[in-house]
Amino acid sequence: MKIQCNDIDVQIVATCLHGALQELGYGGATVATALNGEFVPKSMRAEAEVREGDRIDILAPMQGG
Amino acid sequence: MSLQLYGIELESRLLLGTSQYPSPAVLLDTIRESRTDVVTVSLRRESGTNRNGQAFWSLLREANVRVLPNTAGCYSVKEAVTTAHMAREIFDTPWIKLEVIGENDTLGPDVIGLVEAARILSEEGFEVFPYTTDDLVVAAKLVDAGCRVLMPLASPIGSAQGLNNPRALGRMRGHFPDIPLIIDAGIGLPSQAAAAMEMGYDAVLLNTAVAKAGNPISMGRAFALAIEAGHLAYEAQPLLARDMASPSTPVLGKAWLD
Repeated sequence: MKIQCNDIDVQIVATCLHGALQELGYGGATVATALNGEFVPKSMRAEAEVREGDRIDILAPMQGG
Repeated sequence: MSLQLYGIELESRLLLGTSQYPSPAVLLDTIRESRTDVVTVSLRRESGTNRNGQAFWSLLREANVRVLPNTAGCYSVKEAVTTAHMAREIFDTPWIKLEVIGENDTLGPDVIGLVEAARILSEEGFEVFPYTTDDLVVAAKLVDAGCRVLMPLASPIGSAQGLNNPRALGRMRGHFPDIPLIIDAGIGLPSQAAAAMEMGYDAVLLNTAVAKAGNPISMGRAFALAIEAGHLAYEAQPLLARDMASPSTPVLGKAWLD
């Protein structure tokens, strides 16, 4: 199915957020996630269902002032 | 006496931003040379392939300093609160430098949204460091919302203008004698940081003035020394300015040789 990951259209087969992260190359990375603009804690990713057209945001530590 | 922020004792009164350095190695050396205890960090979208964020996270761990995540670039309460939740999970800290930006040219805070976001986050157990103005009414509402630190801007972010309104900053110091006050944004020179500390400010948060200096490592050290000097001067109770001269050499005993 087609979803948006960090504003880029991608195709995945996973149906949960945890699976989507694995499939998109973020396995083991220190990231925080949001599904359709709502924060999803790491402990809830396996239960967070991803559907066609959903929007995932994957954020990581970055330099800041 | 050392600085205490939300019960955490810190030796250094310089909080340092981690953005815009010429290289990761320079950032690391600047952190060490400035002897800061706290660095600010952010969250941004991560690519699944280049993993820049992971490399930065490794560098921070090497630096062995406390991190203060920010909500930079957030223009709404919801965006700032969601970013704070994500930051708490990644950085494993209740500290959040809360920015709700209200205007694009000056990057001034949306103080109405700021108070609302501060209340939400404080009720959720966050320890909020609000990027605010020198307005006393807003500051009082932030304290009422649960903030135990206030961070007024000195001038627009990255402008290097220094203390645009020292009288208002002085009033803020006088009005909140028991709240740690940190100058956040607009400092360009160590002398400006020293001036804020001489007024009784508890600390200074800097980024651009150090990172964009010709030699960030030396500038980091220069700011650390200026901030320490300013704080020592404040504690030593500076002389008040007066309009007329006052002779420093004793008049008593002077020979009249006319």
